[in-house]
Amino acid sequence: MTNVLTQPRPIRLKGRSFLALALTPEFPFEDWLVRLDDLASRSAGFFMRRPAVLDVSGLEIDRAQLRDLVGKLGARNVRIMGIEGARPSMLSPDLPPALSDGRATADIEEPAPDETGKTAAPPPPPAAPPPPKAPSSLVVTQPVRSGQSLIFTEGDVTIIGSVASGAEVIAGGSIHVYGTLRGRALAGTMGNASARIFCRKLEAELVAIDGFYKTAEDLEPELHGKAVQLWLEGDTFKVGSLA
Amino acid sequence: MGKVIVVTSGKGGVGKTTSSAALGAALARNGEKVVVVDFDVGLRNLDLVMGAERRVVYDLVNVIQGEAKLTQALIRDKRLETLYLLPASQTRDKDNLTAEGVEKVIGALKQAFDWVICDSPAGIERGATLAMRHADVAIVVTNPEVSSVRDSDRIIGLLDSKTLKAESGERMEKHLLLTRYDPLRAERGDMLKVDDVLEILSIPLLGIVPESMDVLRASNVGSPVTLADERSAPAVAYFEAARRLRGEALPVAVPGEKRGFFGKFFGRKAA
Repeated sequence: MTNVLTQPRPIRLKGRSFLALALTPEFPFEDWLVRLDDLASRSAGFFMRRPAVLDVSGLEIDRAQLRDLVGKLGARNVRIMGIEGARPSMLSPDLPPALSDGRATADIEEPAPDETGKTAAPPPPPAAPPPPKAPSSLVVTQPVRSGQSLIFTEGDVTIIGSVASGAEVIAGGSIHVYGTLRGRALAGTMGNASARIFCRKLEAELVAIDGFYKTAEDLEPELHGKAVQLWLEGDTFKVGSLA
Repeated sequence: MGKVIVVTSGKGGVGKTTSSAALGAALARNGEKVVVVDFDVGLRNLDLVMGAERRVVYDLVNVIQGEAKLTQALIRDKRLETLYLLPASQTRDKDNLTAEGVEKVIGALKQAFDWVICDSPAGIERGATLAMRHADVAIVVTNPEVSSVRDSDRIIGLLDSKTLKAESGERMEKHLLLTRYDPLRAERGDMLKVDDVLEILSIPLLGIVPESMDVLRASNVGSPVTLADERSAPAVAYFEAARRLRGEALPVAVPGEKRGFFGKFFGRKAA
């Protein structure tokens, strides 16, 4: 019997980034754990429901020591979701998985110590609210050539020119092509289902929004060469004429 | 200071070597000093097309590796005394080309010649990227069919990113040379139309060279088509392209578009 695939819908695979607390233990671990306990006692539940990553880069420890440390943290309700900077020999399947390419963000604020018995420090001046962030967009005034890959995950991409066969445009937001779209256009790649693709002339090899894709073969032939917009409704592609 | 031109395409067999030789001869006919450099190390052809294969002693790789002086490797054309060839090595491969060596050779040629024409190998690897690296002007040779056009598009992307001009923030001057254009097949719709190619590649047109037996005949006798029969259709196209390279504003005629009285009657063969 041959297996017949009754579900033609592909599995959605998407990348996503999260903010995690990174802990950098120091030698000797006993002292470090005492300081950690002190921090936790000042703020009950500081580690509760916070994903934490253990950064062991530069530490000369072996697997047993690492397992011991993860166990001791677990006993303090600090749940380690991943280990950064570990040599492959330090890891094993019963330990959290390795993480890499972490990017630093603003420090997570340590809970303030109890104010009792201290001179009241002047309250910090209220920080001005950050200015509303302008939606970022990228405008390209040249054609995107075959073999080129234009990646802009921060927002919309506008191309004044054509996207050649064999070229790809990857945008976090929508993609606008004032020319012929012959290559690939992948919009809303950071999990934005409301992103759209617009083009003057549709001859695309592949279009995708938020991980759902269609190849040229799946696109309705009557759309070929037309000025269209594509968007997502649920998990189906919708196409509208722009003419 | 001479101008460095790279003749490139991405795809093989579209007419880079034919065009390098023909344009080199056309430019040299005016008395300007021209050198045509074969970058196709390991698969050299330019010496054959220019009829100099029996006079090759030293080559580009010898010069780069310091085994010969540039003047020893240059071969003067027997028909035009301002036309020179710098042959490629047939026995080595492209790894023998070094970035510094190529830079030195091109720099020296620029001092001595008005035009340095670099005949690029096919592909996008070392030979091709080194051939385009020091160019001031690029001629992208394309046939009117989809695979050639897409490869040319890829090459244009590399010209805009991997050349010294691009890296220093300048714009590389690029021209499209459409070769092996067959008016009858274009009319039947078997071939991409000129406008379609121009729309896809969006670079200015330097010329349209018609598909012709004259090209094959010329390379078989070891002569650039512009020297073999200067009144043949491809030769005329190359001469006009050379004039446009010099900066003349000359309109490009699409072969077969203006047809005579009899052409209308006998243009199409009955099926």
